[in-house]
Amino acid sequence: MLSSPFISKPDSVSRIMLTVLMALIPGIALYVWSYGPAVLVSIALASVTALATEAAMLKLRKRPLKPFLSDNSALLTAWLLGVSVPALAPWWMVVVGTAFAIAVAKHLYGGLGSNPFNPAMVGYAALIISFPVQMTHWIAPHGVGGHVLSFSDQLGFIFGNHLPDGLTLDAVTTATPLDTLKTQLHMNRHIADIFAMPIYGDIAGKGSELVALGFLIGGAWLLFRRIITWHIPVAFLGALFVTAGIYHLYDPAHYVAPPFHLVAGASMLGAFFILTDPITGPTTPKGKLIFAGGAGVLTYMIRVFGGFPDGIAFATLLMNICAPLIDAYTQPKVFGTRGAGK
Amino acid sequence: MRQLFRFHGGVHPPEHKLESSTLPSTNAPLPGTLVLPLHQHIGARAKPLVQAGERVLKGQVLARAEGNLSAAIHAPTSGMVESIAPAAVPHPSGMADLCITLKPDGKDEWTERAPVDYRALPKEQLLARLRDGGIVGLGGATFPTHMKYTAGAVQTLVLNGAECEPWITTDDRLMRERAAEIVQGIAILRHLVGAAETLVGIEDNKPEAIAAMQQACAGRGIDVVSVPTLYPTGGEKQLIRILTGKEVPSGGRPLNIGVTCSNVATAYAVHRLINHGEPMLSRMVTVTGAVKTPQNFEALLGTPIADLVHAAGGALPDAAGYILGGPMMGLHVADGGLPVVKSTNCIIVKSPQLFPPAPPALPCIRCARCAQACPADLQPQELYWFAQSKNFGKAQEYNLFDCIECGACAYVCPSHIPLVQYYRFAKSEIWAREREKSAADAARGRHEFRMERAERDKREKAEKLAQKERAAREARANPAPAEAAPAAGEPSQAAGAQQQTAAAAMIAAAAERARQQATQVQAKNTENLTAQQQADIQEIETRRAKIREMAHHDTESPKE
Repeated sequence: MLSSPFISKPDSVSRIMLTVLMALIPGIALYVWSYGPAVLVSIALASVTALATEAAMLKLRKRPLKPFLSDNSALLTAWLLGVSVPALAPWWMVVVGTAFAIAVAKHLYGGLGSNPFNPAMVGYAALIISFPVQMTHWIAPHGVGGHVLSFSDQLGFIFGNHLPDGLTLDAVTTATPLDTLKTQLHMNRHIADIFAMPIYGDIAGKGSELVALGFLIGGAWLLFRRIITWHIPVAFLGALFVTAGIYHLYDPAHYVAPPFHLVAGASMLGAFFILTDPITGPTTPKGKLIFAGGAGVLTYMIRVFGGFPDGIAFATLLMNICAPLIDAYTQPKVFGTRGAGK
Repeated sequence: MRQLFRFHGGVHPPEHKLESSTLPSTNAPLPGTLVLPLHQHIGARAKPLVQAGERVLKGQVLARAEGNLSAAIHAPTSGMVESIAPAAVPHPSGMADLCITLKPDGKDEWTERAPVDYRALPKEQLLARLRDGGIVGLGGATFPTHMKYTAGAVQTLVLNGAECEPWITTDDRLMRERAAEIVQGIAILRHLVGAAETLVGIEDNKPEAIAAMQQACAGRGIDVVSVPTLYPTGGEKQLIRILTGKEVPSGGRPLNIGVTCSNVATAYAVHRLINHGEPMLSRMVTVTGAVKTPQNFEALLGTPIADLVHAAGGALPDAAGYILGGPMMGLHVADGGLPVVKSTNCIIVKSPQLFPPAPPALPCIRCARCAQACPADLQPQELYWFAQSKNFGKAQEYNLFDCIECGACAYVCPSHIPLVQYYRFAKSEIWAREREKSAADAARGRHEFRMERAERDKREKAEKLAQKERAAREARANPAPAEAAPAAGEPSQAAGAQQQTAAAAMIAAAAERARQQATQVQAKNTENLTAQQQADIQEIETRRAKIREMAHHDTESPKE
């Protein structure tokens, strides 16, 4: 270092990514508590695959292994994808999705810092388009449905596509609360009746609302540690709430009240962990508000009017496309151009 | 309590002030040789007035200010001028520059000192005295002080005692030890601009300095303001913003908003010059870092930095290299023989333990911590992107020239990208292109002038030729009237007219040829421009106007 500044803050990409990983832990813990440890298998599979793919791609691109393997960014992609796919997803699916995310969505675009799309969401989108059936194998939360799978039963299904004798897949899995709402509304059932179904808890799905709380806690910690700023979570959840509210006011019988949407699906994960990915989002404060606000509206539209179980992934990818444009049009005024006294 | 304002961003690097701020300052020992660069300030190099071999007295002018934006250089002690030759100076390029080398004779014999009553002196004379007394901004930028006090309508005079850079404690010690003298200097500066309001801004990590200044300023209409410690509060624009809420316009100067700003050490130097007749001969220097006894010295200009390190008990065993200035904006030098100059406020002896090398840079992850830290509200991540892809037009569009190179962005970067280096590179590239463009403009001007001259020469030649021919024909026709009858005069006149017509036609033809040539040349240069090219030219022209203004202003660095 022969040019100023000669000092730097003790901070690193690796430490930032590690903090985000730590912040995922409350959500993951509540996930395990509600659904059993299968999700840990997905996360572990994704992690191993991500690191192996990262190493292979770095080798192919003739880049140094150590600084990039230790930056924790591949692990973060793996964990986000791991919690996004159904816990009972077969092992090969997790592997394919993660490898696709790292190899195609990240390294083919230039690796860390150069990918225009959120790699975990590209992996998720690739899976849901390629294997729509397997992507609906959500385990029923504890206390809902007839049978609780033991951990070894879960492992048996993930790695051997094998369930204990006498059990069908339908007996252990369930449609997600978002999906159920959509199908039941199509059958012209009343919202109050639908919410009386056992899969629903106080606000949204039983189990999933607890997981959402976990991610909210982790997200609050990220805010506290200043890893993320308030702009994206507030704008995303706000836009989702307002959009849902407008539809609900327009037709309360067919459009559920907005709190449901804040807690359902991957709203909290998206608000604090996915949309806040700095590489694929805008950098200006105003830009972040537009970006996350747009994602909130799109998420609602895709959830309610689209054919996919949740809208976060596609909303994120669509807004990723807009990020450079948003940045270009939201440049803050520089010092000395605002006029005096302000 | 005065209402304070905020600037965007800023960082809190470890302060490291206590190492050197506890000991009182002392006079550094007289060195064996003094090396005095002729260019210790922003502006033109001073012009030497002495010759090698000449004996000079302490305070004697060695080199006079060349033009208005310049400052004089004086002999810090009595002795013999050894040489006037290029020598190594503290500059990022490591280039040699013209220096006067002085061998002290140890007598420290003063030349005649002429203190004056500043109230009795016209303003122009007072300003000339500052210039000839070698007074420049001592916060680090070394902008000739008299240039800052030319304007009449200054509302607020700001004295900068913020000293926001880590490690440096010169202003701290100076304010603690010589507050009364600083205040006398402030009185002179205030007299110069007739400011209605005088503010001294000091960061709140210097409570002793604040107390000393408050005591010295009591009842004098000078407001000593404690400002929160936050780097770069000592930046001129930042301090003015904090104290007044006003923002120096982008590309402008404090005078544009009725403010002028000087360092407290500059005020002290002004006091010594005006009230004691002592020009700028020495300055306070912090010697700290990997040395045995970090402390402050009053050091003669030209003292080798190694001498000061030695005076501070010597460097610690693992020391390697020096930082001149602070760790955020300072300059790395390896040579201990380099002299203390007017800008040298601090010598930090480096060691791997105190200044570990930065980890290798990773790609930018666009986390925008740099944008959150930038005191100029820039988007450093975008500027980095444009600078590294050499997209300089875009870099300027994103206000590259509003960057004050404070280093806050690079300090917080988790990818450890040397961002400031990229901005310096982009700026110097743009300046280089600017110079190239003006050189090309000058060449085009010369070319056009030559074409015009060639055309004029041709026209004149054609006219001369035609005149000569006419004269010849007239000479041939003239003998006739001698023999012929006057009646024959008519056809002769007719012939003359004919000749004249022919000559005019030749002139016209030559002029036409020249005109055609000229239009051909023009067509090549300007007529066949596409809309794109015209737009480019337009863009370059606007940019040039801005840069010219900036380059002019950028000579004032953020400190002081």
